[in-house]
Amino acid sequence: MSILFFLIGCSVLMGLVFLLAFLWAHKTGQNEDLHTPGMRILLDDEIKVDPPE
Amino acid sequence: MQTEKFYYDNKIVRDFAIATIVWGFIGMTVGLVIAMQLYQPAMNMGNQYTTFGRIRPLHTNAVIFAFVGNAIFMGVYYSLQRLLKTRMFSDVLSRIHFWGWQFIIISAVITLPLGLTTSHEYAELEWPIDIAITVVWVVFGLNMFGTIFKRREKHLYVAIWFYIATFVTVAVLHIVNSIELPISAWKSYYVYAGVQDALVQWWYGHNAVAFFLTTPYLGMMYYFLPKMAGRPIYSYKLSILHFWALIFIYIWAGPHHLLYTPLPGWAQSLGVAFSVMLIAPSWGGMINGLLTLRGAWDKVRDDVTLKFMVVGITAYGMATFEGPMLALKQVNGFAHFTDWIIAHVHVGALGWNGFLTFAILYWLIPKIYKTELYSKKLATTHFWIGTLGILFYVIPMYWAAITQSLMLKEFTPEGILKYPNFLETTLRILPMHIMRSIGGSLYLIGVILMAYNLTKTMLAGKLVANEAAEAPAMANLLPNEDRGHWHRILERKPIQLLVLSLIVILIGTFVELMPTLTISSNIPTISSVKPYTPLELQGRDLYIREGCSNCHSQTIRPFRSETERYGEYSKAGEFVYDHPFLWGSKRTGPDLARIGGKYGDSWHFNHLLDPRSISPGSIMPDYHWLYTQNLDTTTTQSKINAMRKLGVPYAPGYEHIAQKELVDQETRITENLASDHIQINKNKEIVALIAYLQRLGTDIKANKSLSKK
Repeated sequence: MSILFFLIGCSVLMGLVFLLAFLWAHKTGQNEDLHTPGMRILLDDEIKVDPPE
Repeated sequence: MQTEKFYYDNKIVRDFAIATIVWGFIGMTVGLVIAMQLYQPAMNMGNQYTTFGRIRPLHTNAVIFAFVGNAIFMGVYYSLQRLLKTRMFSDVLSRIHFWGWQFIIISAVITLPLGLTTSHEYAELEWPIDIAITVVWVVFGLNMFGTIFKRREKHLYVAIWFYIATFVTVAVLHIVNSIELPISAWKSYYVYAGVQDALVQWWYGHNAVAFFLTTPYLGMMYYFLPKMAGRPIYSYKLSILHFWALIFIYIWAGPHHLLYTPLPGWAQSLGVAFSVMLIAPSWGGMINGLLTLRGAWDKVRDDVTLKFMVVGITAYGMATFEGPMLALKQVNGFAHFTDWIIAHVHVGALGWNGFLTFAILYWLIPKIYKTELYSKKLATTHFWIGTLGILFYVIPMYWAAITQSLMLKEFTPEGILKYPNFLETTLRILPMHIMRSIGGSLYLIGVILMAYNLTKTMLAGKLVANEAAEAPAMANLLPNEDRGHWHRILERKPIQLLVLSLIVILIGTFVELMPTLTISSNIPTISSVKPYTPLELQGRDLYIREGCSNCHSQTIRPFRSETERYGEYSKAGEFVYDHPFLWGSKRTGPDLARIGGKYGDSWHFNHLLDPRSISPGSIMPDYHWLYTQNLDTTTTQSKINAMRKLGVPYAPGYEHIAQKELVDQETRITENLASDHIQINKNKEIVALIAYLQRLGTDIKANKSLSKK
């Protein structure tokens, strides 16, 4: 059942990649404000500009 | 603050939307056809290209990768641009992505009915298409990360994290589950065999559900639901928490598809434990979605898109409660291989994926066409008919599953099986299958109404192909370069970060892979288990081509009800030469792991030609083309060579005598048939299939009779 170790290795590596992503997100302040991002996506002000043809 | 003007690409969103509708209709229509085949064999239409075994994969692939796939790209391309306040990275990549994906789908529509399949569920497409999928997926990734790179909004909204996880994980899953050894342009063998192959497949299969049907849709829920409801998500903090929890836990749950199989017990338990844990992050998402509507439930009364959302998210909650329950060994022992699983996945597919897709389509099409929805009333009709369709689909299937499983497990007081004939249980649940196809029809009618409604909407409006927007440049938002950390530079460059991550994964993969390919496996081998003969190998490939494993399992679980019915339970060592494994996941018909020697050659001959002449009422299609088509033996040598390369111990030089051995075995079978007054030319395909079926499970039987002597 050597494949188990391969798959566990793969899964752990993916987990590590996600962990790094999480640490990156945390360190760069992605999680500092957990309130306004939810609000901000609602603010899509439509502007009147002619699209380029 | 200086703002920049730019334009969102709506055309690509529209293209993916149309593809979603078209493929959705096709995929669901095929689904309806195969549902009817399960009670009316005539619906197989009497030719090989439309039998259940060949077009069931077409249904699953079309719905997962064509309908849901295009819907994911529609949702991602719409929301990503707006969340990051920028146009997609490259219009060219967007077009390549769109047409590449459609090309892959069309190649699936052509190859699957032709019987070109690898047999791995939801990964049936053969190796050239696998490569094409990889290329298009990389194009999608480049486009997405390029967009993230040139964003004007520093914060990555939670939806984007879901998209990133989708991209990364699907890439790894697809590559690992596509490691095949090609023997011709359209035929390959999986590198792994038996139990190991099964584990790879279900590691993939389960995570395809997780990272193709779940994470991208959660991302879309987090963007579109607040937009539709006009209020922020209930808890942004919860969304972040459950995102990380979900992706860390999901990866480990795959083995719950292989409970009571020869997979090592600890691996099964690991899968069960993580499956049970999954309920927490899954429900985190559902609760967050539903609570977003707190205090706004009055809007649901009037807004059809919110109606779809509410039922969709509720279906997600039900399916993700049911999943962990089905992963419990006792429940699984009862429900696995039955219609319960079909019901379970359709709660997810019809409810969660389907309804979220419809909601987004109804919301998005009028928006990018700067018009109103053609008919709200028709959309509401769609909602109700679709909801009824789901109920009419799943309830009969639960009923059928419980009925059939109880029957199959029932013993008389004397201790013998009450229903020894599998067919009896099949016939009992046919009424439920008829009702299921009524449910499916209702759902499909809803989709047709939607297609009409949205077409009218598109005709009434005009596509804003390039939607103007403005936002401050990102540079203004960034803090000063005060922290000189070495990876600060990297953090600004998501593409480089991605490439580095992938390199790390690949190094790890090879480090892990090398030992597995070079050292002998620690599966207990059974000395009496021998490689397939050339004819059996060819027959096995016919079994794969006809998709027999879509209805027949090849693994007997250690339950008395199964060992009484099918024989000795399956051992890991029996499958060491099975590239790929053919355990199946559903028993529409009986298990075939020990069918070999149970009946005579002539029984198989007559049964495959006309199943109902042997088993009145049988719902199996007939396979008359096997009696007229000649077996392609030009591949024999390359198949033996390929198998040897994969570790099957054929003697040196065996490939040269393989063809002769094949003909000898054909002769023996045709002579045997002749003694039952059946005349058939020995080079017909049916002879090879009989050879394979008669071999199944006999190695262990031979062992037993030897030890008795």
